[in-house]
Amino acid sequence: MIALEVISYCFLIAGALFSIIGGIGLVRLPEFYSRMHGGGITDTMGAGLVIVGLILLAGPTLAAFKLFVILFFLTITTPSSSHALAKSALSKGLQPELDVESEVELPMLGEGIRQ
Amino acid sequence: MTPDLLPSDLTSAMLMATSVGVLVTMSLALVRATLGPTVFDRVLALNMFGTKTVLLISVVSFLTGRSDFLDLALLYSLINFVGMVALLRFTQYNSFSDNVPPREESP
Repeated sequence: MIALEVISYCFLIAGALFSIIGGIGLVRLPEFYSRMHGGGITDTMGAGLVIVGLILLAGPTLAAFKLFVILFFLTITTPSSSHALAKSALSKGLQPELDVESEVELPMLGEGIRQ
Repeated sequence: MTPDLLPSDLTSAMLMATSVGVLVTMSLALVRATLGPTVFDRVLALNMFGTKTVLLISVVSFLTGRSDFLDLALLYSLINFVGMVALLRFTQYNSFSDNVPPREESP
């Protein structure tokens, strides 16, 4: 029982650390598409580890089931909202900043599909 | 332990450390939402803020021993998703209504 609690402490602290790292990335990274990476870390590793830690802390109870449902909805909704966000930004014509000159024309949805 | 019981001292300290980490992340997201040069940066930061709110409510539920907060967390995650999609629709079409200009078929 003590071992389970220690494992859940590790998950909780690791989740908090991943959240802070992603938050720093969200503030410090140079442009929008890189900032999405920082946001993605907090949404997957941060939220996932914290909720798994809480599930381990709760044991086989109704609270653990509710936490599992929250985790399920988060894993469904955050990638789809990230996808919608990136697609919306791309279709508005927001160009990614690259270190090198790209030889490939990036497909801009705003010019090709929608006026 | 279940969230219906108050946590022990060590568990309480760990939960408090986790909630402090989540709160720091929420303030960093607010910094980006204030600075953000484009509207998409602000939407990204607000989406992250909503996810972190769900986490914070869950942790506080364990910290205060009230398991009904978990229902609020579940509801908040769903509302966050709907609000996010609505905001993106607004930024794309400048309207919340169904009357959007028809999409041109790509050849």
